[in-house]
Amino acid sequence: MEFSHTEALWVLLLGSLLGLELIGKVPPTLHTPLMSGANAVSGITMLAALTLIVRAGDRMPLLIIGSISLGFALFNVIGGFLVTDRMLSMFSRKSSRNKGSR
Amino acid sequence: MMDFAFLKYAIDLIAVLLLSLGIKGLSKVRSAREANRLAAIAMILAVVAVIVDFLGSSGISFYAWTWIIVGGLVGGLLGMVTAQKVPMTAMPETVALFNGCGGMSSLLVAIGVVLFLGDGEGKTFDLVENISLVVSVFVGAITFSGSIVAMAKLQGWLSTPVWTQSKLRHAINSGFAILSLVGAIELLLTGQSGLWLLVIGSSFLGIGVTLPIGGADMPVVISLLNSYSGVAAAAAGFVVQSQLLIVAGAMVGAAGLILTQVMCNGMNRSLVSVLFGGALGTGSSLTESGSSEYINITSCSVEECALTIEAAERVVFVPGYGLAVAQAQHTLREVTRVLEASGIDVCYAIHPVAGRMPGHMNVLLAEADVPYEQLKEMDVVNPEFPATDVVVVLGANDVVNPQAKNDPNSPLYGMPVLDVCEARTIFVVKRGMSAGYSGIKNDLFERANTSMVFGDAKKVLGDLLVELKELGVGRKS
Repeated sequence: MEFSHTEALWVLLLGSLLGLELIGKVPPTLHTPLMSGANAVSGITMLAALTLIVRAGDRMPLLIIGSISLGFALFNVIGGFLVTDRMLSMFSRKSSRNKGSR
Repeated sequence: MMDFAFLKYAIDLIAVLLLSLGIKGLSKVRSAREANRLAAIAMILAVVAVIVDFLGSSGISFYAWTWIIVGGLVGGLLGMVTAQKVPMTAMPETVALFNGCGGMSSLLVAIGVVLFLGDGEGKTFDLVENISLVVSVFVGAITFSGSIVAMAKLQGWLSTPVWTQSKLRHAINSGFAILSLVGAIELLLTGQSGLWLLVIGSSFLGIGVTLPIGGADMPVVISLLNSYSGVAAAAAGFVVQSQLLIVAGAMVGAAGLILTQVMCNGMNRSLVSVLFGGALGTGSSLTESGSSEYINITSCSVEECALTIEAAERVVFVPGYGLAVAQAQHTLREVTRVLEASGIDVCYAIHPVAGRMPGHMNVLLAEADVPYEQLKEMDVVNPEFPATDVVVVLGANDVVNPQAKNDPNSPLYGMPVLDVCEARTIFVVKRGMSAGYSGIKNDLFERANTSMVFGDAKKVLGDLLVELKELGVGRKS
């Protein structure tokens, strides 16, 4: 799983470029859901927290820090995705009804 | 062994693909909901990949499982409950809160690594690792403290202290920045000490930078902080050597930056002026000291308002934050139902940054079953105002301020606004004469064709509904 820093920096560069390309024109209606969805993705630090816990061995303070960190991250991820879905469900319900009435 | 590592990489790749598709899809109305689910699936895959990898190499001890499950359950359940319970009006605050917690998570990982994984195993960090630790701590702390301040300000728990509007704040923030820098350099060189100095310095920096920013600019700040939390995640990815974390973090960081830019464009503000200009209005003493007193205000009763609306053919409602605060969207919908029933043409003018976040009003009105086609965006509705009989401004302020068009000295100048003053009659429903969130006087209130209806939006609309029904609106024709 070890990889060189050069590799990591390439990954960083390509990832940033990907992110720049992905979002072009966004209708204002979707600003909040998009922000909230991207925010949920940034909770990906849960992977780091997981790694920390597994590597902690029997060091109790590290286990606790890792666990709290995981909690925060999952709060972000699960809450973020659910809240985004709740917002988006209002739009989709609207449009499907409109289709029906037309 | 080999197989597990291969499997992990395969899953990682799929996860990255799904994440990209997810973020891409979230920028289109039709695909947004599926895209959100795709991204969620990608996250689950990412977790599976990490666990598979560990099972294949070092294994996961019983202790570790316990802590994983405890931490995960508590955080996950709290997230679930929060997401379900929080009212739609509080969305911006909620996003800020979630975002802050993501930053906190990165911060904690970095702290844990510095404190316990450094010298303990006889392993010293090289420069790249030290830099990523510093970035992780610095950005994580700023994201956390900044997001919490943003949330508190949006909730109204914190107001903008006066000193933050003076030059003093730049000095204080510079102080915090230097403090962080010293801590960062120490941490870079030693890999251990300087950590707490950096944590404290950057936390205060986050508070110091966010506190002076006015509510109108808050969405931009939250979006920027969101981008930061991506950066923090990418840095944490360097720390724990996870490519997936780096990719996803970088993606969110970059996408967040673009979104921030898009929002700034929508408000005709530059990112620099949002971050360092302070709250609108106080920056330029010219407009503030010159004419902050209102002179010619016409106020009227709900009854008069109802009479005018009854005689109108076309009514436009302009919702703003006041509507959201008063939770008046359902009452508003009832009023418009009555108007529609008597053949009055009704629509809603939505300014891109009305409320506290772009799209805030769309979500709010959608909750009250307002037909989607009645929501009109600024470009569409602006040419229609001259042909409009009555405009009812509900708790919106800065987005209808004519200063933005007429007064080159105004801090709002250049911001696209709704041209409500073109309409024949304007009613402004407002709780009092306080200034809008930007703190700028609104010339609209002094116009001859503007009448103020003072009161809480929900109460005024409720009274209006009663008056309209008494007038017989909506019963016949």
